Amino acid sequence: MSNRRDFMGMALGGFTALGGIAALYAMKRSWDPLPSVKAAGFTTIDLKPAQENVLVVEKWRGKPIFILKQSKEMMAKMKEEDKKRLIEVDGGHYAVCVGLCTHLGCIPGYRPETNDFLCACHGGMYDSSANVTKAPPPRGLDIPPFKIDGTKLVLGETGPEYEKMLADGTTLKV
Amino acid sequence: MAHFDENAKPFSHKWLDERLAIDTLNRVLSTEYWIPKNINFLWAMGMVLAATFGILLVSGIFLLMYYQPNTSMAFDSVNYTIMSEVGYGWLWRHVHGVGASVVFLIIYIHMFTGIYYGSYKRGRELIWLSGMLLFVLFSAEAFSGYMLPWGQMSYWAGMVITNLFSGGSLHADGLVEWIRGDYVPSQAFLNRFFMLHVLLLPLAIIGGIVLHFGTLRLPHVNNQDGEEFDFEEAAELYKAGKKKESKVIPFKPVFLSKDVFVMGIYFIIFFYLVFYHFEFAMDPVNFDPADGLKTPTHIYPEWYFLWSYEILRPFSTNVGLIAFAIAQVIFFTLPFMDRSPNVAPASRRGLFKYWFWALLVDMIILTFMGKLPPEGIWSTVGLVAALTFMALWILLPIITKNEKKL
Repeated sequence: MSNRRDFMGMALGGFTALGGIAALYAMKRSWDPLPSVKAAGFTTIDLKPAQENVLVVEKWRGKPIFILKQSKEMMAKMKEEDKKRLIEVDGGHYAVCVGLCTHLGCIPGYRPETNDFLCACHGGMYDSSANVTKAPPPRGLDIPPFKIDGTKLVLGETGPEYEKMLADGTTLKV
Repeated sequence: MAHFDENAKPFSHKWLDERLAIDTLNRVLSTEYWIPKNINFLWAMGMVLAATFGILLVSGIFLLMYYQPNTSMAFDSVNYTIMSEVGYGWLWRHVHGVGASVVFLIIYIHMFTGIYYGSYKRGRELIWLSGMLLFVLFSAEAFSGYMLPWGQMSYWAGMVITNLFSGGSLHADGLVEWIRGDYVPSQAFLNRFFMLHVLLLPLAIIGGIVLHFGTLRLPHVNNQDGEEFDFEEAAELYKAGKKKESKVIPFKPVFLSKDVFVMGIYFIIFFYLVFYHFEFAMDPVNFDPADGLKTPTHIYPEWYFLWSYEILRPFSTNVGLIAFAIAQVIFFTLPFMDRSPNVAPASRRGLFKYWFWALLVDMIILTFMGKLPPEGIWSTVGLVAALTFMALWILLPIITKNEKKL
């Protein structure tokens, strides 16, 4: 008698648990970003009109993208290590990065007179290659996946230059 | 088998009592729910909170009738439709905004009253834990509600707080995107926080309140001296007419009349704020519509989150996150970190007295520092206050273990 009850209890409990897990999975999937959101993720930017030491802000996947053409003076005072963060197109050097502080996602402001970025939220600072110079941010601004197409950049696509940056740890995957 | 009197008139007292046991319910939940006499006005904060929650619920229902959870319409539906078109819409909004701010002030008073009088131990652990659960639920409710007007502070608070879930060096960006339903806060984000704010979290809060009341019923509320006495015996004395000699009073009508008096004063202040000083609960930055390409100069949370925000801020990302996470849950551990058997006001508990006031003052300093820009001397003061907070909790088991038994 008790065995039969135990069996009924376990069978009922087992199927209920199974249904519960399936429901949890469905709930998790319902919170996922929609396919349409995932798909709308490519932006093309022409680097030609950019001027030295003037910050250009574009938009990619709802996030601000910083484009900063480096001047000779900026290149001269930059550390060799940081030059790896720049994208070279048509002889010009460009810092291209997601304009969200790697600390908690505020937008740092660019200061042309000192050639650096300052995040007002928690006081983080970045140099002109957008590498971090003062905590709390743990690392420089992230570089979005890009592919060079003449003087244009396609953000969201992965080119060999970007793969190299990923491989040597210059940037993290965004 | 229950007895049903065939002659009882439908819906008469007897008819209802036979079907619903209303007399028993009334007795157990109110007329014979005994409250110690030896208490002060701070014991009324529970009912003040319940009443404030009721007011938030009612004002919220009316706001819900015109609010549009849509990124292109939300801002105008609040700032134009509700504020200038809906008859008395401004009243519901100001009541809701002021109520959300004031409810945290009362929660903190309620919490620190419990800490001061030791009302979290010897049978009262679950009261404390369920209360802390309510604190977390109210925090989530306040945060999700803050998203809804879709102004600059809504957007950027949403950005910063959801980014906390990337776990610093763990780079759990997938988790952050999952919470948002997009790469950045957007339509999916607004919709789901709207759902949380108006349905799931209020349901959880109502459940939490029932649990909180339930945990109170057997251990009873504490009193000003932490005195332990026989409630049954004291109740018998009261019921026998010796009200003066008895140490207790019934919840209804005696204690409730005191509650209502305190609530009366509270609501005078509350509605003074609603009608004449509502602006303290309305951040001017949030009257700019959300813009994902422009961060406000200073991002700070509402005043009630400032102390924990300031624990996050002075450290590097990972240390800050860990410190912040500890600060969020450390109050849950209070009944177990306090190793002293004494249930007494802090003033009679030796070093604990200094611990209590140090914690209170430290949290007030953290609150002020959280609002100031993180520069110069304020960064240092903030760092010291954050480290003091941690040190106080490390010290708690040591000083209470060595406390003299009263």
